Amino acid sequence: MTTFLQFLIDVLSLGGAYALMALGLVIVYGILRLVNFAYGELIMVAGYTMYLVSGSGLPWLVMAAIAVLMAILAGIATDYVAFRPVRAKSVTAVLITSFAFATLLQNAALLFISPRPRNVPLPEVFSQTVEIAGVITPARNLITIAAAVILLALFSWLMRRSVLGIAMRAAATNFTMARMLGIPANLIISSAFAISGLLAGVVSLLWIGRIGAVVPGIGLEPLLIAFIATVIGGMRSLQGAVLGGFLLAFIDTTLNFTLPQDLLKFRDAFTFSLVILILLWRPEGLIKGPASGQRT
Amino acid sequence: MLEVEGLRVDYGAIRAVHDVSLTLAEGELVTLLGANGAGKSSTLMCIAGALPASAGAIRLGGQNVTAASPETMVRLGIATVPETRDVFPDLTVSENLQLGAYTRRKDTASVAQDRARLLEMFPVLAERAAQAAGTLSGGEQQMLVIARAMMSRPRFLMLDEPSLGLAPTIVDQIFQMIARLKAEGVTILLVEQNASKALSVADRAYVMRLGRIEAQGTAAEIAAATDLKALYLAG
Repeated sequence: MTTFLQFLIDVLSLGGAYALMALGLVIVYGILRLVNFAYGELIMVAGYTMYLVSGSGLPWLVMAAIAVLMAILAGIATDYVAFRPVRAKSVTAVLITSFAFATLLQNAALLFISPRPRNVPLPEVFSQTVEIAGVITPARNLITIAAAVILLALFSWLMRRSVLGIAMRAAATNFTMARMLGIPANLIISSAFAISGLLAGVVSLLWIGRIGAVVPGIGLEPLLIAFIATVIGGMRSLQGAVLGGFLLAFIDTTLNFTLPQDLLKFRDAFTFSLVILILLWRPEGLIKGPASGQRT
Repeated sequence: MLEVEGLRVDYGAIRAVHDVSLTLAEGELVTLLGANGAGKSSTLMCIAGALPASAGAIRLGGQNVTAASPETMVRLGIATVPETRDVFPDLTVSENLQLGAYTRRKDTASVAQDRARLLEMFPVLAERAAQAAGTLSGGEQQMLVIARAMMSRPRFLMLDEPSLGLAPTIVDQIFQMIARLKAEGVTILLVEQNASKALSVADRAYVMRLGRIEAQGTAAEIAAATDLKALYLAG
C-alpha cells in the first residue's frame, strides 16, 4: 500500500511536470503546425532570471513571478524574431530560425553568464519532506502536483470558456477559416507563444527545483520530454499532450520501481523502446485530434 | 460597393484567374457562374483576402483593399462562406456561432439578438446548439456556416457553392434563405454551378471560363442566352 502510494505520487508529480512541458509545446504546434525548437530555451530564460534576481532580496514568490514573466516575454519574442518574419514564406526557414534563436539564447547564457551551473534560489519548502500515510516524499512533489492541477484547470477553462480560447481551438483546426471570421492571426499566434512561455516558466521553477541550479543546456531534456509526450499523445491534440505526459511519466516511474539496480542506467533505452511500440501500434498518437488542417 | 479590376490569381506557376473585372452595387445579388475550374472560387477567395492577387485591384466603397488580410475584410463588413463548408468540427454549434460574431463580440446585447433571430431562421441549429459541429449533416453544416457568417452582420456576403452536394429540398431551403437575406438588404456575391437556381434569385450574372469573364448581363439575359449554357452547364 505504501509502495503504491509512493508510486502514485511519483507518477502524478513527474507526469504533471511532463504534461505542462508537452502542453507548452503543443499549443504552438497545434496552431502553426511547427515545432518551436526554442521552447527549451524559454525554460532556460526563466532559470537564469531566477539566478539574476537572486541577490535582490525580494520574496521568492515575487522572484518566481518575474521569472515566469520573462519566460512569457521570451515566448512572444520567439514569435517576433524567429517565426513572424518568415512564417508565410517557408516551413524550412522557420525550422532553421527557431533552431537559430535557441542557439542564440544558449550562447548568450554561455557568454554573458557562465558555462558552469549557477545556483538558483529555492524556498525552504522545496527541500523539505512530508509524510503522508507512512510515505515520505519531498514536498516539491506535492507542489508540482498542485501546480499541474491548477494550471491544467486554468488552461482548460481558458480554452473552453473564453472567446480567445475558443478562437484558438478554431484556429488550430482551420486557421484560414478563423481569419475569414475576423479572428486576427497575429493575436492568436502571439497568445499561443505567451501561453507556451507561461507553461515553460512554471515548468522551469519545478524542474530547476529538483537540482537547484541552472546551466545553458537546461532546456534540452524538457524539450525532448515534451516532444516525445506530444508524439505519443498525438501532436494535434491538447488532451493528447497531457495524456502523453502522464503516460511517459508512468513508464519512467514503473521502470524506476521495477528495473534492477544495474539496469537502471539504461532506463531511457527501455522507455524509448516502449515509445516505439506505442507508435507502431498508434502511429498518429493516442488521440488523433481534429481531422482537417493545412499548414498555414 | 465592390469593384474588381483586372484581377489575376496564381498558384505558383499555374494561373487560375487571368483578368477578371466585376462590380457589385449596394443591395445587389450577383451570381458568378462557370464550370469546374473556371476560377470562380479563386476569385472569391482572393476578394476575401485569403489568396494574394498577382495583379489588379479590389476596391470596397472606393477604398483599395487589394492586399488586405482576411481579418481586415471581415472588419470592413465582408463575410465569406467558402466552398469547403468549413465548420469547426470540434467546436459546438453554439461556439461556431459565437466566433462568427468575433468582430463585434463586445456588443453582447445585439449579438444575442442576432443569434436568436438566426436560430429562429434555422430551427435545426437551435436543437443542436450544444452538439459538436462535426456531427451535423451536410445540409445542417451549410446552414451553420451561413448563419455563422451572418453573425458578423455583414454588408456584403460571399457564398461559394452553397448548394453543393445537398439534397434538392435542402437546396430549396438554402435559396429561400438567400432570397430572404437579399430582401433584408445584404449585398450578395453568389458563386454557383447550379445555374438555373442561381439565376432565379440573382439580379445580374457573370459567366467565367478558364479564368476570364466570358459574358455578363442581367439574370434574365444570361438565362435566355442559349449559346452560353454550354459554358456554365458543363460542370
